[in-house]
Amino acid sequence: MKLVSAIGLRKRFGEMTAVDGISLDVTRGEVVGFLGPNGAGKSTTMKMITGFLEPDEGSATICGQDVWADPVAAKARLGYLPEGAPAYGDMPVADFLTFCGRMRGLRGARLQERLAEMVERVRLAEVWSKPIEALSKGYRRRVGIAQALIHDPDVLILDEPTDGLDPNQKHEMRELIRAIAPNKSIIVSTHILEEVEAICTRAVIIAKGRVVADATPHDLLEKAAEGRAIRVTVGSPEERDVIERIKPHADGAELEVMERVNGSTRILLRYADNPADAADLAQRLKSADLLIEEVGVWRPRLEDVFRDVTSRLH
Amino acid sequence: MTTSLSTVGVVFGREFRAYFATPLAAIFLVVFLALSGAMTFFISNFFERNSADLSAFFAWLPWLFLVLLPAIGMRLWAEERRQGTIELLMTMPVEPGAIVLGKFLAGWAFTAVALLFTTPLWLTVNWLGTPDNGVIAISYVGALLMAGAFLAIAACVSALTKNQVIAFIGAAIVTFLLVTAGIDLVLGALRGWAPFWLTEGVAALSVLNHFQRITQGLVEVPTLVFFASLIVIALIVNTSLVDLKKAQ
Repeated sequence: MKLVSAIGLRKRFGEMTAVDGISLDVTRGEVVGFLGPNGAGKSTTMKMITGFLEPDEGSATICGQDVWADPVAAKARLGYLPEGAPAYGDMPVADFLTFCGRMRGLRGARLQERLAEMVERVRLAEVWSKPIEALSKGYRRRVGIAQALIHDPDVLILDEPTDGLDPNQKHEMRELIRAIAPNKSIIVSTHILEEVEAICTRAVIIAKGRVVADATPHDLLEKAAEGRAIRVTVGSPEERDVIERIKPHADGAELEVMERVNGSTRILLRYADNPADAADLAQRLKSADLLIEEVGVWRPRLEDVFRDVTSRLH
Repeated sequence: MTTSLSTVGVVFGREFRAYFATPLAAIFLVVFLALSGAMTFFISNFFERNSADLSAFFAWLPWLFLVLLPAIGMRLWAEERRQGTIELLMTMPVEPGAIVLGKFLAGWAFTAVALLFTTPLWLTVNWLGTPDNGVIAISYVGALLMAGAFLAIAACVSALTKNQVIAFIGAAIVTFLLVTAGIDLVLGALRGWAPFWLTEGVAALSVLNHFQRITQGLVEVPTLVFFASLIVIALIVNTSLVDLKKAQ
């Protein structure tokens, strides 16, 4: 069942087109990761889906309710963590969440029950009566998540929920998102790729206001790995010489310097069609008069896929 | 689903308490009371007038409100925009108008508290003589109406900026123009060249003229309509400004 649907969203700020026709459906149980360079249009897209920003063209629905035709009904089903987790600094956590709950129509026993659940689930007991401005970044972010979850919404939109958190806090945030994911539709924006692999069922890469890739993280990697590659590490800093010496043995592969580390050079051999055989290559390289340190099949990381897809636009 | 009315209540509660979350509110109150007292007693020579009324106090009130209300209204929207909390507020399932109204009412209630603290003056004149308490009561209601108009304008200006200081100055300028529209200096300058309808139009816009008639005990429909429409128009403009400016 489609809980979020965006059709042809477009937004211009003056001369600049921030979002250039983004369409997207998210069903229950999906965790969609919005990936993209800074300024790619991730936040703007999220703001349009939440109804905060009016699109120039296109429309969005939350649980079937049009965000612009019936904003109150659509927003009732939505929890939103804006970038930077804004909150009223002078309010204690308890008061702030009570306010958010009341604004969303929660009252009496139901409100108390939800507040208690937030204390437990988001682990806020320690800071419950402290003013928000006195909290650490990690706690502030958690308060932001609690605010978005207080009414148990079907749709959750989180703009960079782990930005600025330390590794432990990031881990906790991911655990939390994973725990609430099964019954909801979640859209998370991030520029941390391991995060997408860790929590998302689907990765949507956005660049220059357009969706340039939309697949499971696994498929994205598979696709990138199609033209198999081998990585050779040679104990010499002379890139050009190394390439010259490897080339005769490379069986028509495309050679590319990946990096130079501590006097060694890493060369990537990309095989366009025939699958590469690392063991065979290692054999052949023995006669190349090179100090071969390592030969192995190279699996791209999501980061490489990301760079690949987004740089193609330039 | 929250009804609009209860949203107004929830927003009101948060905003009213927010005034007391920082010492700022206490400072406003003290400054207001000190200034209103000083002006009434020293500048207007309250005791030497030998008349048991509060006209000296009410004569100064528009000028004090010129500073007090922009100070009370400046944070209402500018602070939401600076903190980014406007993004939370505007993605909640409520009508924006209900938020505008709740914020306005909270500021207005705070002003009422400030006016309440001036009631010792009222008690003093009753102790010294026999004032016309009806006129004083009407004047207080008039003062509250005038405060409402100033505050609605201040809230409106506050929606235009992220900076509270700019919001304060902008609101003070607008209310200054509204107050001074009625003084002879301005009208005299107009009379020389402007057509009759313009001079009268400007005079009719004057807060000062309307408020002076109330403090004389005259409750007239045009005056009530004047203040009420200032408030309503400012709140409507406020609502569309919030919508227009929220994402900037």
